[in-house]
Amino acid sequence: MEKNVAHIALFAALIAALGLIPKVTLAFGVPITAQSLGVMLCGTILGSKRGALAVLLFLLLVAIGLPLLSGGRGGLGLFVSPSAGFLIGWPIAAFVTGLIVEKWRSAPLALVASLASIIGGILVMYVFGIVGMSITLEKSLVEATGLVTAFILGDFLKAIIAGMLTSAMAKARPSSVLSRSEPADAV
Amino acid sequence: MISLTSPVRTSAHCWPAGAKLLGLCIATAMLFAIDNLLVQGLVFAFVSLLYALPGKAFLFAGLRQMKLLWLFVFVVGLWHIWTAEYELGASIVLRMLSAVGLANLVTMTTRLSDMIDFVKKITIPLRWIGLNSQVLALAIALVIRLTPVLVERGGQLTHAWKARSTRVPNWRIISPFTVLALDDADHVAEALRARGGFNSLEEI
Repeated sequence: MEKNVAHIALFAALIAALGLIPKVTLAFGVPITAQSLGVMLCGTILGSKRGALAVLLFLLLVAIGLPLLSGGRGGLGLFVSPSAGFLIGWPIAAFVTGLIVEKWRSAPLALVASLASIIGGILVMYVFGIVGMSITLEKSLVEATGLVTAFILGDFLKAIIAGMLTSAMAKARPSSVLSRSEPADAV
Repeated sequence: MISLTSPVRTSAHCWPAGAKLLGLCIATAMLFAIDNLLVQGLVFAFVSLLYALPGKAFLFAGLRQMKLLWLFVFVVGLWHIWTAEYELGASIVLRMLSAVGLANLVTMTTRLSDMIDFVKKITIPLRWIGLNSQVLALAIALVIRLTPVLVERGGQLTHAWKARSTRVPNWRIISPFTVLALDDADHVAEALRARGGFNSLEEI
């Protein structure tokens, strides 16, 4: 129990810290805010339940007024802004990502974690984000999709990186990749 | 850590957090139901007045929080000028500004401690699905305490990178960063257990 809570709290802090450390550059020199990478890592490393709880805890802190989102953003306003759908989709994205890594054990971890991040961290997250935008901006789903396509490439690279980081983590601390360290039926 | 609560004291700082949040929910639902542009304009004027009343410092702090919307205002504005649906565009922009403005107002006038107390109170019924509100409060405190620690670690890793390479730090730095976070999690769990663990929380 204590270990679970410590992991959840630390990963919530990790998402926050990834938004606050000096920007890191992605391939081709594109600067990224690494927070959505943090959400993917919550899923691939902590697994479905703990990953989703870590993201929920992070969002709770943002909601109660801590400026933890990249650029020092925070507060309740974000949850009614046009990008609210993405935030609401974050815990579900982490859950789906974690679930795929937990269940699909026959392929190499880097590949599974990358694909899981693409399905959870991009597909699921964008569904929520696009619906949110279409409601707040009164646009059709197709029009809202058009507004966000520019960001998909960056997220795609983040998903690949999440896969590589998870595999590196499994080598550095084999027991730390909780999504894989427990038997599939016990999760 | 500095929260977004305004240091400028207003009378709304003393109102109970639960009432403010309930009011915000109702107001936001109503905002989405209003179709009339004139009413939208009046609501926006009222929200602006609420920001202006406590004085200049409060107003500017509020405006800084609204910065996140400029891109959306710009895109929606351009879109509706392009499609010549001026009224619809104005109504969408006004509603977005009022909704986010009101929500920020609650954030700016509610102290972090009041918010945490409120979260603790409303999560008590969640006990039956296994969520202990005391543990949640502890987890909140842990994140607030550990975020600056991790940020400092991130800074140290960046310095170490810069001392050894002429290239700018890239995503590879996140790997040791995550390993450090995982090690910290183990130490925190041991420290919690050494102090009696969560069983001792029940007595508080």
